[in-house]
Amino acid sequence: MVTCKDFLSELSEYLDGSVEAGLRQELERHLSECPNCWVVCDTTKKTIQIYRGVDPYQMPAGVHDRLIAALQKRTRPL
Amino acid sequence: MIQRIGQTNGFDEAALVAQAQTGGVEAFTQLVNRYEGNIYRLARHITQSPEDAEDVLQETFLKAYEHLRDFQGNSKFYTWLVRIAVNQALMKLRKRKTDASVSLDDPYDTGEENLVREIAVWEPNPEQTYSREEIRAILVKAVDSLPPTFRAVFALRDIEELSTEETAAALNLSVPAVKSRLLRARLRLREKLTRYFQRKGDDFFGYM
Repeated sequence: MVTCKDFLSELSEYLDGSVEAGLRQELERHLSECPNCWVVCDTTKKTIQIYRGVDPYQMPAGVHDRLIAALQKRTRPL
Repeated sequence: MIQRIGQTNGFDEAALVAQAQTGGVEAFTQLVNRYEGNIYRLARHITQSPEDAEDVLQETFLKAYEHLRDFQGNSKFYTWLVRIAVNQALMKLRKRKTDASVSLDDPYDTGEENLVREIAVWEPNPEQTYSREEIRAILVKAVDSLPPTFRAVFALRDIEELSTEETAAALNLSVPAVKSRLLRARLRLREKLTRYFQRKGDDFFGYM
């Protein structure tokens, strides 16, 4: 019998698809019966997706040129 | 979209590294072009500062160039770069903090932490409520609120998509430590984002 606490401790592995089949079934049974865990699981998945989809830290213009200039200075000829 | 390291598209890393190791400047520049965005993003995640991230980026590639002959090919070149970048980024943090207390080994796992407080479904499409810039700002604010060790693990596992083992090696942590920090980082971010993205007028709240 999987409790909410058990589910939470396996959540990361479950989302990464790295739990073995038997445990996965038990976790999914718990998910179908527990609306709170379903919401936590769904919103954690969406958290990862939104970070992957919206890159919050794109390299600003100019950084590449300054990097190449720094390398050229150190390593001539680059 | 974030460029994935796994997307090779005819990019022969091993050949480029071998060329660069024998003084092939053009080959090294191609490696720079390939990985600079990833290293910059990782450095931003850890240092939280654009200036420090740029310094870390430069120091990482300068060090990589200087020590290229030491790279044995036992790991992926990118993983090797990541290790250099993580060390440089942590040094920045230590310099900023006079107490030199920044460590990836900080015992954040108290075991009794309340990992889930807010339980609410999200708007199906946050892009309809917030502009892209607003969403970026929300994501940055949430990551900034995490301790350095959580930010580093989250950035490597979920953004750069390194394996648990690669992340453990890059950060000099054990596999269980990476797993535990990743779970806590994900849940803390989920908690922060829920405050912005939860469906309005929703009475679906609960406590665990």
